[in-house]
Amino acid sequence: MIRTEEMLLNVGPQHPSTHGVFRIVLKIDGEQIVEATPVIGYLHRGTEKLAEDLQYTQIIPYTDRMDYLAAMTNNYVICHAVETMMDLEVPERAEYLRVLVMELGRIASHLVWFGTYLLDIGAMSPFLYAFREREVIINLLNEISGGRLTFNYMRVGGVKWDAPEGWIDKVRDFVPYMREQLAGYHDLVTGNEIFLARVKGIGKYTKEEALAYSLSGANLRCTGVKWDLRKDEPYSIYDRFDFDIPAREEGDAWSRYQCRMAEIEEALKIIEQAVEQFPDEGKIMAKVPRIIKPPAGETYVRIESPRGEIGCYIASKGKKEPYRLKFRRPSFYNLQILPKLLKGENISNLIAILGGVDIVLGEVDG
Amino acid sequence: MSDEKDKDLNGTEHGEENESNDAETLAEKKTRAVAEAKAKAAELKKKREEEKVVKAGQAEEETQEDAKARAAAEAKARAAELRKKREEEKLAEADEQIESKEDAKARAAAEAKARAAELRKKREAEKSVGSDTVDDTATAKAKAAAAAKAKAEALKKKKEREQAVESVVGDDKASAKAKAAAAAKAKAEALRKKKEREQAAESESGDDAASAKAKAAAAAKAKAEALRKKKEKAAQAGSDDDADDAKAKAAAAAKAKAAALANKRAKEQAGGGATDDEKAKAIAAAKAKAKAAAAARAKGSKTEEAEEEKPSPNQPLLNKYVKVIKEHLGEEVLEDFYINKLAKHVPTLVAKPETFYKLAEFLKRNEQLAFDFLSELHGSDFETHMEVYLYLYSFQNRQPVSLKVKIDRDEPSVDSVTPLWEGANWPEREAYDLLGITFKGHPNLTRIMMPDDWVGHPLRKDYEQYDVEV
Amino acid sequence: MIDQMLAASPNLMNTFLFFTIAAAFLMVILGFVTYAILAERKVLGFMQMRVGPNRVGGRWGLLQTVADVLKLLIKEDTIPKLADRPLFILAPVLAFTPAFLVLVVIPFSENLKFADLGIGLLYYIAISGITTIGILTAGWASNNKYALLGGMRSAAQMISYEIPLVMSVIGVVLLTGSLNLNEIVAAQENWAFIFIQPVAFIIFLIASIAELNRTPFDLPEAESELVAGYHVEFSGFRWAFFMLAEYVYLFAMASLTTVLFLGGWQPIPFLGFIPGIVWFALKFILIVFIMIWIRGTLPRLRADQLMSFGWKVLLPLALANIFLTAIIKELINSF
Repeated sequence: MIRTEEMLLNVGPQHPSTHGVFRIVLKIDGEQIVEATPVIGYLHRGTEKLAEDLQYTQIIPYTDRMDYLAAMTNNYVICHAVETMMDLEVPERAEYLRVLVMELGRIASHLVWFGTYLLDIGAMSPFLYAFREREVIINLLNEISGGRLTFNYMRVGGVKWDAPEGWIDKVRDFVPYMREQLAGYHDLVTGNEIFLARVKGIGKYTKEEALAYSLSGANLRCTGVKWDLRKDEPYSIYDRFDFDIPAREEGDAWSRYQCRMAEIEEALKIIEQAVEQFPDEGKIMAKVPRIIKPPAGETYVRIESPRGEIGCYIASKGKKEPYRLKFRRPSFYNLQILPKLLKGENISNLIAILGGVDIVLGEVDG
Repeated sequence: MSDEKDKDLNGTEHGEENESNDAETLAEKKTRAVAEAKAKAAELKKKREEEKVVKAGQAEEETQEDAKARAAAEAKARAAELRKKREEEKLAEADEQIESKEDAKARAAAEAKARAAELRKKREAEKSVGSDTVDDTATAKAKAAAAAKAKAEALKKKKEREQAVESVVGDDKASAKAKAAAAAKAKAEALRKKKEREQAAESESGDDAASAKAKAAAAAKAKAEALRKKKEKAAQAGSDDDADDAKAKAAAAAKAKAAALANKRAKEQAGGGATDDEKAKAIAAAKAKAKAAAAARAKGSKTEEAEEEKPSPNQPLLNKYVKVIKEHLGEEVLEDFYINKLAKHVPTLVAKPETFYKLAEFLKRNEQLAFDFLSELHGSDFETHMEVYLYLYSFQNRQPVSLKVKIDRDEPSVDSVTPLWEGANWPEREAYDLLGITFKGHPNLTRIMMPDDWVGHPLRKDYEQYDVEV
Repeated sequence: MIDQMLAASPNLMNTFLFFTIAAAFLMVILGFVTYAILAERKVLGFMQMRVGPNRVGGRWGLLQTVADVLKLLIKEDTIPKLADRPLFILAPVLAFTPAFLVLVVIPFSENLKFADLGIGLLYYIAISGITTIGILTAGWASNNKYALLGGMRSAAQMISYEIPLVMSVIGVVLLTGSLNLNEIVAAQENWAFIFIQPVAFIIFLIASIAELNRTPFDLPEAESELVAGYHVEFSGFRWAFFMLAEYVYLFAMASLTTVLFLGGWQPIPFLGFIPGIVWFALKFILIVFIMIWIRGTLPRLRADQLMSFGWKVLLPLALANIFLTAIIKELINSF
């Protein structure tokens, strides 16, 4: 009889596959994980505390740094929360610009996920292909907002900058280009036997578990819950677009991959329609008081970020700073299920599972 | 009777004075003024009748928009009644005033006083009659209302109804609920007492079509109107009731305030209404009276309240939740419940700390509620207390609810909901870490964001950095 | 030339000559490694739409690897405090030496060969197995959990894939009737064994990639899981030795593949005027390119999948191939 001993393996916070400063303490028996304990907080910057001394407009740049791969949706959620409180009507053109940049951001975010996930699994090239396309998007967003990662683009009541000359055309051209490249990804990766062997049946959970663990986004949709706040609780002007909610039944890493890839296509559909409907002119800012003071009270809004349901809670006392600001950060919630998924798995699957959850540490740690 | 009338007269006079003072201070005063204005309008009735008809039509449309069938029905009925008499004229005046944006309050105040004085004598008599009848029937509001109507009609109160219609119209425009409108009218009528009863009857009929609550409110108003002096007390009672119950009721109450101003009976009636209708309706009526007492007949206040009530498409949801919860867990589990209009009208329940877990468990397990998804959990430091805020969603019913619990700030502690939703695990740890809230029964309540040896809880408002290095 | 020297009686002159030739060959190998690394980076860069090295040594970065090696040479030599010091020092040597030893038996052309061993193939396979010990030692001596995991994985993988590797070659040996690599090349004068033994070639190629710890079988040093696997604690020139061993093995394995299946220095018909060494180089480069190509394309297998693939797919296939080859050879001989 061979006697084995459990070993503690500390993965992170400096580890190539944790996508930031995430740490997980593994108790392993051979390469088998007996227990996994995630440790977070290395990137905690106290956004919520800082926000209590900031005016609403000043908070927006902080949101850029939460989910830094999809900063536009973060911008939006706080603007949307304040607008909901103040009952503000956002101009048409601004709404379209918002939707465009958010969906572009969604694609960019999914591309990063696609690339890094494949890199985690050991394929190097898709990462670079994905970043090539992402670069196009980043350039588009750079052109409109002046930033490549932290855009600080939206404001309460609208957006900061109007689309520059020809920008809409560039977005229009991007859609077919991206579709073509997406087909290439599928050729390269989706049918690959090794890739399938690595992701199929990995990190599996049921619909009930997903709901119990408050998962959202593709992590929830992969279990068969057709749930997308853009469709089910339409905000902004999402009710004007025709798009599907990709959902799968299996609940494993493979279905999450499929969901996200299909979401890129749906986002392209939205962009296509938004470009067609884009109003030729109009204001990009509503009439908003110089100093924003939402009425006293509290609000909670939630929208669909690339990683799931991002929410914003504001308790206001009618002052120019929020009394309490709280973000519901999807990565933070989604990550909770990790210990459960890792139990009994092989170390190699650690990366496939962790990557499949799609976290951004800036968001996990707030 | 004569003694009573005298008393009433004196009382009304004092009441009016008080009211005017109040009005200066409060919107409620405006409502009374409006009522008075209506009285005046009665004098002018004939001229504006035509205008009223038009308005009534508008009111109908509006009500349809609002989906409030009752309101529409009532408004129409009243409008019809009013038209025949000269009330329309009054309504027109009121509308004009409304148009002037100053709301009914301003006009009401001015007109109300003058007219009130004129009308008082007549109404008092009417009121006394009405109050008597009310007292007799106590529970049977409808009867009283009918009686009141009859009396009112007899007493030239037709004009008053017109005013009521006006107020209704205004409410409709504002998208206010029918009840509110009815109540408002009732108040105006109350000023003239005779009219009030009639209106109450009207409102009741409308309520019948819609729901018992409106009736109760109307009845309450009528009564209140009858006896203005005692109204203040009634208002207090109503306010208590308000605290107990939902906002809708409050709105109704506001309308009823005018009525409340009238008499002590309002309270009595409210009690009767409560027994009759039980639960919400009674409460609503009581509130209505109370409000009436406070603000009297001012339309402005009514419309405001109506606006508040209107845009809560989730009101039925909230009612459903509350109903189910009260059926199963009793009346005591909820500290408060309301529609949070700032948060997309999410129905909000406030649990008591000791019943929080029970309620949360019920929200999850009950088949009719089935809130299987915890969207958000966090704590807040409100300096007077700590609050834990949960946003739940039911995928089965596709309905949201937010659940709050207020807990002691010095020793913040509440039951953990992790056994219900595993997803609450980390958020509770976060709340513990940043606010120091202890979640009893949490499997691993340790710091999650800050280092384990951190001193203090940063998100508390009284937090002071222990380590001044930075 | 080499034959004569091998046959000559030992004296000072011969020893010196041997030493010089070996040193020269070492330089050639190092030169190859230098440019193989550059080529790998360039080819990968091309496949991934990057430019690759382009600063040091002209626009093609010809001196990039040289600069890298220089950097490694002047780096501080760090040995972890809790490491097993003697083993830690020994490990790179253990890993590198066999890589050089196996080159002895490879015939690069008709004339350019160093040892004409009768059991050349056996020698190659036996010696290359030693490297596993070096890697295991490195993993153990580092006193690092990642390194240990990498070392263990490496040992398991190399042992698992050595078997199909050897089995696949037996078909070739059967047809040739010899373990001597020269004779194996000579036997492919008309038909390269890739056409006669295609199954064996594919198994051999896969197993050789696994032996080389290259994608998709790079588990021992899976960057995304084990950070760097067995050499995570090594730095400077010790680390360079591991890299050197890896690329020398790439050189050796590509050479062996060329010799066994592509006909070594044998020319394609009607192109016999081109010297054999050029043919060898072309075929050799083709194999190296394929390996780089695979690296740029495929994701990594999981450890258990790797094992089951080796034992459940490759080994039975190789055995069947031997069986089939033996039967066919018997049938042909009997007529």
